[in-house]
Amino acid sequence: MTPTIAILLIITFVLSTVGLLLLIWSIANNQFSHGQEAARTIFSPGEEGHSEDPALAAEPAFTGDNSEQAAAIKGRWTADQSSRTAVLAWLSSAIFWLVLGSIFGLISSLKMHLPEFLISSEFLTFGRVRPVHLNAVTYGWASMAGIGAALFLIPRLFKTSLAGGKYAVMGSVIWNIGLVLGLIAITLGFSDGEEWLEFPWQVDLLFVVGGGLCAIPLLLTAANRKVEHLYVTSWYLMAALVWFPILFLIANLPFTFPGASGATVNWWFAHNVLGLWVTPIGIGIAYYMIPKILGRPIISYQLSLIGFWSLALFYSQVGIHHIIGGPIPTWLVTLSIVHSVMMSIPVITVAINHHGTMMGNFSRLKDSPTLRFVWIGALMYTVSSLQGSMEALRSVNVITHFTHYTIAHAHLGMYAFLSFILFGAVYFIMPRLTNWEWPWRRLISLHFWLVSIGILIYVVSLTITGWKQGVALLDATMPFMDIVRMTIPGLQARTVGGALMTLGHLVFAFHFVAMLMHRGVGNEQPTLFRNSVKEPTR
Amino acid sequence: MKRALAIMVGAALILLLATLTLVVMPYLQMSAEQVPPDLKPYTEQQQRGRQVYIANGCVYCHSQQPRDPGYAPGDRDRGWGRPSVPGDYAYDQPHLLGTMRTGPDLFNVGVRLPSVDWQLLHLYNPRIVHRDSIMPSYPFLFREVDKAAEGDKVVYLPASFGPESGQVVATDDALALAEYMLALDHTYPAPTLPTTDKPKE
Repeated sequence: MTPTIAILLIITFVLSTVGLLLLIWSIANNQFSHGQEAARTIFSPGEEGHSEDPALAAEPAFTGDNSEQAAAIKGRWTADQSSRTAVLAWLSSAIFWLVLGSIFGLISSLKMHLPEFLISSEFLTFGRVRPVHLNAVTYGWASMAGIGAALFLIPRLFKTSLAGGKYAVMGSVIWNIGLVLGLIAITLGFSDGEEWLEFPWQVDLLFVVGGGLCAIPLLLTAANRKVEHLYVTSWYLMAALVWFPILFLIANLPFTFPGASGATVNWWFAHNVLGLWVTPIGIGIAYYMIPKILGRPIISYQLSLIGFWSLALFYSQVGIHHIIGGPIPTWLVTLSIVHSVMMSIPVITVAINHHGTMMGNFSRLKDSPTLRFVWIGALMYTVSSLQGSMEALRSVNVITHFTHYTIAHAHLGMYAFLSFILFGAVYFIMPRLTNWEWPWRRLISLHFWLVSIGILIYVVSLTITGWKQGVALLDATMPFMDIVRMTIPGLQARTVGGALMTLGHLVFAFHFVAMLMHRGVGNEQPTLFRNSVKEPTR
Repeated sequence: MKRALAIMVGAALILLLATLTLVVMPYLQMSAEQVPPDLKPYTEQQQRGRQVYIANGCVYCHSQQPRDPGYAPGDRDRGWGRPSVPGDYAYDQPHLLGTMRTGPDLFNVGVRLPSVDWQLLHLYNPRIVHRDSIMPSYPFLFREVDKAAEGDKVVYLPASFGPESGQVVATDDALALAEYMLALDHTYPAPTLPTTDKPKE
């Protein structure tokens, strides 16, 4: 034990010194000074004050007051077109996996209160359907839609065309093959056996290659960039695309980490998939969409950078809060709890920026589908992250650990936060790529209400059920079977919520396909939730 | 390219630090942990059962990690056993600690329910044992035969649960899984567990 403490002390000392030196260096080099100027880099000259939503504006769109401004707008259109094939490849795959993943989620949910449902085949037993759901929505939907949105944003942020887009297309093909093989392996019973790492390691190689191929256009485009400041969204996207391959590779090393240390690696990875992969993508998208749609820069650029580095530092070490009370060294658990609580710093800075920028503009939630999805997603990021910090405290975790409460929390994060932002991003991206408006605004509305009511029922029912379950588990006077019976109504309500969400996804997928087939009226009018809002009142 | 590279390198370095504290150091510390002398390695049959456990995702509803009674008294009071220590998992690869207790903890299920027949009956249909259980049935781990052959393990079912005619016999997978269940016995003393009771009210 003594050497461990010694090493810890040395590392702490070295770290604080390095941190101090970095701080001095960055102040000396004016790293903090160009603040608000950098926040404006996402606007083309003269564009600030003009909303970029919808793609086709109800009032005459901003096309520039002079030739320089018009050229910038034209340049952005060229940048959008350059990423078209790559983005469409990733997004359409993502939506396929979303539908498949939610159907498997719904089956899992049904099985929790109808234990005799679909039992005759081993391929559809609960313990295989559930990991298929998790892996399809995590690596299929969330990751692929995230990469798609990143590929769309990168040329825009760097104000240049996407270079090497064909590598990203190849990457999507390999990634999809990996998903198909991985999900088949789980179904056939060849799971690796650890949550979030079920795919056999041979299949994991495909994800490393597929993801790595996406790094090529990122680096090429970054090298060609025509902007002086790197906007905060690009920080998040670049970091995420660096982190994921490292994480995925280490965690999937076969035959390396036995027993209890395997559990620490497992949860270090699993929480980093959330914290260092999908979260930076989600926050990064929101950092772009909210100011662009409102036509005003984020309120504090400095805060956004503090938020970025504190997220990197704290989020990377929270994973072990998944094994509080488990057979691992106490210092390790405490380390993760401390970092989980410290996560409130990046969360609050991001909240100030996202919600602060929204102040006074909430009326735009009524008409812009993208803004509505993205801002609700950003709000749920604040909520689920603060909930997560609380959940890591030993006194709370002793109740919520091992219960449905955690499942509700996971869906608040992965769905109400991340998926909402991704939905919003898809609504923003598609008209600009295809030069075609969404065919039916009522379908967007239907999608929104189905998934919103669905996730509300989901989270509320499982949160309450999970808490009651957790309290009861601590007190052995309540027989285990009584606890099982107590959870049934919550599990049934979850099925209702999940069914609404799945229905919403079918609407969304149908609309997406219809758009690709150029149904509807095309370019005649913009697709907003209501048509008349943007018209000037007189 | 300077700043973009700086961000990516900085991000990678921070992750490296986290890998050091959350992966490398715990690994060094825990792999030096003493393996309890009474812990037996899995037999081939038990290891096969463990694979059946993994393939069918038992881990999504069952944990294998009783917590300290001073922290979570329910774990001990429900008879799930003493708190587990890293050494208890020396032969576990992959680990099956689990994060969910839709069903009870199984770290010592071999002590609580030490009968192969009970385990098979429960796997065939948990509702034979607990009317309201929400655990799935595993009919694909069993075969229906007209007449059990020599050496077949017959599962004797209550009339309302069995097939119309013939008998139900366990497959090798079911037998292996039951063997693994019985092997889950960690009642031996843990050498690394602190024995001194802290004065605490």
